[in-house]
Amino acid sequence: MNSPKSINAPDPTNAPRLRNLPEPMSAPDLMNAPTPEELVQFVYNEARLIDEKRLDDWYELFAPDALYWMPLTRGQPEGEGHTSLFYEDKLLLKVRIERLKRPQSYSQNQPSFCQHVLQRPEVLSLDIEANEFILRTPFLYAESRLDDQLVLAGVARHHLTRIGEHLRIKLKKIELLNCDAALPSIQLFP
Amino acid sequence: MGEYIDNPGAVQSLVRPDAVHRDLYIDDELFALEMRHLWRNTWIYVGHDSQVPKAGDYFTTQIGLEPVILVRDPDGGVNVLMNRCAHKGTRLLSAQSGNCGSAIRCPYHGWTYHLNGAIRAIPVRQGYEGTAVMESDAGRGVVRLRHVENYRGFVFARLADEGMGFRDYFGDSLTSIDNMVDRAPAGRLEVAGGVLRYLHNCNWKMFVENLNDAMHPMIAHESSAGTAKAVWESLNMPEDAPKPMVVEQLLPFVSNYRFFDNMGVKIYDNGHSYSGVNFSIHSKYSSIGPYEQAMIDAYGEERAQAILGEVRHNTVYYPSLTIKGAIQSIRVARPLAADKTVLESWTFRLVGAPEELLQRTLTYSRLINAPTSIVGHDDLHCYRSIQEGLAASGNDWVSLHRDYDSAEEGAIAGTYNGLSEVSMRGQFRAWRKFMVPDAGAGG
Ligand code: FES
Ligand SMILES: [Fe+2]
Repeated sequence: MNSPKSINAPDPTNAPRLRNLPEPMSAPDLMNAPTPEELVQFVYNEARLIDEKRLDDWYELFAPDALYWMPLTRGQPEGEGHTSLFYEDKLLLKVRIERLKRPQSYSQNQPSFCQHVLQRPEVLSLDIEANEFILRTPFLYAESRLDDQLVLAGVARHHLTRIGEHLRIKLKKIELLNCDAALPSIQLFP
Repeated sequence: MGEYIDNPGAVQSLVRPDAVHRDLYIDDELFALEMRHLWRNTWIYVGHDSQVPKAGDYFTTQIGLEPVILVRDPDGGVNVLMNRCAHKGTRLLSAQSGNCGSAIRCPYHGWTYHLNGAIRAIPVRQGYEGTAVMESDAGRGVVRLRHVENYRGFVFARLADEGMGFRDYFGDSLTSIDNMVDRAPAGRLEVAGGVLRYLHNCNWKMFVENLNDAMHPMIAHESSAGTAKAVWESLNMPEDAPKPMVVEQLLPFVSNYRFFDNMGVKIYDNGHSYSGVNFSIHSKYSSIGPYEQAMIDAYGEERAQAILGEVRHNTVYYPSLTIKGAIQSIRVARPLAADKTVLESWTFRLVGAPEELLQRTLTYSRLINAPTSIVGHDDLHCYRSIQEGLAASGNDWVSLHRDYDSAEEGAIAGTYNGLSEVSMRGQFRAWRKFMVPDAGAGG
């Protein structure tokens, strides 16, 4: 088993750019601004890493304070005043990913596989000043386990940010079409 | 066909003091009989009265397979009505919840009912002149359940006309509801945070039995809680570092056998039980200071300590409801077929307590009870595996022998070691008792 990388270990990519400069610390780096195409490719790649089960690589796409969120109701406000299906910080994502490597994960002895089918992501906001880039991606997601297949539809919203050279996910919000249905087990990552 | 229908002797022989027949989980006819007898003779959880605070507020659900409405009457009480038009049977209210004003109107031909089920109006009523409609079942309006009890906000109903009374049925197991409600400084609860509905492709009893099955967490949950432990330890935090809430909640699932045995289990008559007599997996949660002060202000030091010192694990209100008083969440089994069940997880706000308490509840419910829960995945995997495994012939019996003592065959109520399978034996004793027409009449 891979020894899980310490979640709090300093990650060179986490250091804010221009850290040593005087205020304002977050001066926009126009040279390093992402193009819309780069943002779109990021979203495609993110889904692909899940589908190929390259989950350690997928984990690295998340910013240190990231949130992977699947609300339980439509229009649910962010925060923990309401139950969600996923409301995972990096610690919980790490637990999920490491669990899947264990033979004692009985529900995965017969493994699940998944496939995202994405509509082309729409760049809703490309705010270089705020270092925040928002994309909206309608999707179909199938998760299969031998004879059982579950198909979900919805919209993914990515809030990305530039950390060092890399784009990172601050928020991935998955709005399921049938978020209020009685759902069977969802074992991978829509 | 007809192996069990009209053959009560055959049904009774399926339960032994220390084992049950596999047909209890997989046979469609027995499922139909459970809905006809067990789920009608017993008191089934319908909903919480905080879901319907104002007159006309309603919530639709099922008792067994029968559709019902929980509705707030203008007189302030709650009614439970069959969700069935007196005319031709249309389900009257189809939304999960809402407000129907002062009347319920059928969407088909417009018969209209008061919130107690009585007919209020029928369009073109003269068409019924000279007919027997008002003397027929239709003339009585929507069926209103006569046996409904609102116990500190928790509304239960019994469908059978004759049967055991509410207090006799639940007895002192109601102290678990008391403790959950008492944990609110204001002495009442409010449903909050939404309902998680998890579709289980297994028999409802597997879930209910599992609640006080203390032999499974260290095995079935090693992958989830064990991983959480390993990830947390890999961070090399100092010994006294505060644990994130999720770590605090997941880690106790991999406590050892001694821990779960010493936790103890209390058995009541009629299938009810709770584990965590002495302590539980919830005992070591870090305290939320302002909450304790609010409790002391409300109850005084001694009583507040007594309430908070009671940290029961799961209480089973057989057959439909299980509660976790210490973290204010409940799970409700809604059986759909022999191999299909929806589990609903509801969470509560302790009125008068800081919102952090609700957040702890919601975090727990999401971690453990959601269709996305890694704890739930392994539980359901085991239930489903039983469902499939029991198709095997060659061994018709499910063993419930652990810590069996023939003395149980007299009175089973009492306190036992936590690892015992006595809570399941108690459930099947109740199953047998109520799997007959009009069980417990006169009780
Ligand atoms: S079925 Fe309801 S009015 Fe006819
Ligand atoms: Fe479990």
